[in-house]
Amino acid sequence: MTEKLHINALENEAIYIFREVAAQFEKPVLLFSGGKDSITLVRLAQKAFYPAKIPFPLMHIDTGHNFPETIEFRDRLVAELGVELIVRNVQDSIDQGKVKEESGRYSSRNMLQTTTLLDAIEEFKFDACIGGARRDEEKARAKERIFSVRDDFGQWDEKNQRPELFDMLNGNIDLGQNVRVFPISNWTELDVWTYIENEELEIPSIYFAHKRDIFVRDGMIWTASEHVYKDEEEVVEERMVRFRTVGDMSCTAAVDSYAITISEVVAEIRDSSISERGARIDDKRSEAAMEKRKQQGYF
Amino acid sequence: MEVLKIATAGSVDDGKSTLIGRLLYDTKSLTSDKLEAIERSSKQKGYDYLDFSLATDGLVAEREQGITIDVAHIYFSTATRSYIIADTPGHVEYTRNMVTGASTSQVAIILIDARHGVIEQTYRHFFINNLLRIKDVIVAVNKMDLVDFSEERYNEIKADFQKLVDKSDYEDQNITFIPVSALKGDNIVDKSETMPWYNGQTLLEHLEKLDTVNIYNRGQMRFPVQYVIRPKTSAFHDYRGYAGKVYGGEIKVGDEVLVLPSETKTKIKEINFNGKKYESAARRSSISVLLEDNVNVSRGDMIVKVNELPKVDKNFTATVSWMDTKKLLAGSKYVLQHGVNKVLAKVTTINNKIETDFSGIETDISSLNINDIASVSFQLNKPIFFDSFKEHRTNGSFILIDLQSNSTVGVGFID
Repeated sequence: MTEKLHINALENEAIYIFREVAAQFEKPVLLFSGGKDSITLVRLAQKAFYPAKIPFPLMHIDTGHNFPETIEFRDRLVAELGVELIVRNVQDSIDQGKVKEESGRYSSRNMLQTTTLLDAIEEFKFDACIGGARRDEEKARAKERIFSVRDDFGQWDEKNQRPELFDMLNGNIDLGQNVRVFPISNWTELDVWTYIENEELEIPSIYFAHKRDIFVRDGMIWTASEHVYKDEEEVVEERMVRFRTVGDMSCTAAVDSYAITISEVVAEIRDSSISERGARIDDKRSEAAMEKRKQQGYF
Repeated sequence: MEVLKIATAGSVDDGKSTLIGRLLYDTKSLTSDKLEAIERSSKQKGYDYLDFSLATDGLVAEREQGITIDVAHIYFSTATRSYIIADTPGHVEYTRNMVTGASTSQVAIILIDARHGVIEQTYRHFFINNLLRIKDVIVAVNKMDLVDFSEERYNEIKADFQKLVDKSDYEDQNITFIPVSALKGDNIVDKSETMPWYNGQTLLEHLEKLDTVNIYNRGQMRFPVQYVIRPKTSAFHDYRGYAGKVYGGEIKVGDEVLVLPSETKTKIKEINFNGKKYESAARRSSISVLLEDNVNVSRGDMIVKVNELPKVDKNFTATVSWMDTKKLLAGSKYVLQHGVNKVLAKVTTINNKIETDFSGIETDISSLNINDIASVSFQLNKPIFFDSFKEHRTNGSFILIDLQSNSTVGVGFID
């Protein structure tokens, strides 16, 4: 027996965008961090091209400060998909003297990723980089287009963006330019979690409550690790926590949680009174932190 | 979960951002860290109320000038459905953003300042919603607190707006008037206690009860082929799936179809989605189809039902909304993107400029400036398969791409 098809509106839109990327660009790449948003992207890409394989590689810009659980998860997923994984390391950019490691209390490799990413785009001549950014995450991202053109320097000119009308996506670019593509632009954090639950997607274990050595600074829960700067007077304790985003250890704060299943996580997000970016230390730097990073070529 | 997209339009001081902020606040969609930021910022500015506009004005320039300058997307949800607001600026020079925001929306909210009533910009907002065939328009008469919540004033504005409605050629449009005070929260989510004379729904009640099935303009089924899926694996050796999105109507297995431009007749053999076969697929589904016969189909081709042929032509006239600082001139060439199909287009004639104030005045012009709307005739290098915009919102629209800058410079609605 066959049934009538009903696809969720957001899934529909994302699949349409993936197919436009494959059709309009010569060398697309899917930027994969191992986080829930990029895992969702991978699932959508599979659906967009089934029964063919995803027609582009995945690329991970590894800060070297990732949670080991994420890396292990990444490698397993790529093996299952049978797609190519490209890894480029921030450590290499540091070793080549292109960027300088930050030091001190709020030091992070998050900003340094931009250089490594732009170098990789140039190395492989990628013309479209697909990312899992969402407009609900942050104010500057609320203005982001689905096809967002970057110049030769990877920069975002937010005042001069192409209008996007109906669902027509204009992928025409000059040589040297590239496009950042955001298929889940219109998803909220809750939409992503609900999708992960419905699709029964596997996600890294750090998204679920676990015991971890942490310390509290500025009211946020930081991971105690060799990669994270800590003052002597900051006291390490063990707590039940989980992460809402999976960035670099130095810029991702944990939240107190006992949610150990997906449905418990979804329930927690539904009731949560703190936005996901509220746990991003990098955004607290200033009100315009994200906008500044984006202009420089950050995702 | 159902998703409803709403375009908001209003002049600089109509309190649009406050209205959106109020919707977010009263639906408990603002998280505590965002609320804290608003409280902090409001206090800093010395306000004795919460400045909700801070919830939406994103870019640095906007915060500096205190105005919204681009389309921002705001998300909230209720137990009933998810909402996406495309917040577009309302000043004269930003017609392009309003058109952009309205193009992806099913509902529009037009804001009117109760003190000022229907002004020239109201004409423009309503005109654009008409041009884009937005079926459900909510006229929110805001700042009722500043006119003593006067029923008389509200009725006056309503009557003025009705005069515009009478000039409209879009009969299927539903127009709803609601008196509100976004700042005080009257009739946004909660019913106003200070306007007992108003018996209608609050803004949110109206949105919650909108019928999302009939809110779309329907038309004949159009299936533009986006991408050809060829796995070339042993398990799927001869598989050729035509991937695309269904527009206008439903597609079913067994449907007799024509493939354009070749007009080859065949049948829908299978409808596939993620490894499963389906009997039918509704409008707006991203699917792939297999055809009964071995037909040569590529991106940009269109599958339609027999007896439901669109127009196939190299020449047509359209209403164009121009969006670039570089002018459109007669004789200019552009890439014309119609759905997923790209062709070359030449402007044969600029017929006349269309005023956005319902005056019906048509002036002769030789070029189009940014934010101008005009009737323009085109000639293409090969035919496209289109419908009139009034009959088919998706298959009757196109964008124009500049050959040098590659930027999207205009949008057209085919006559």
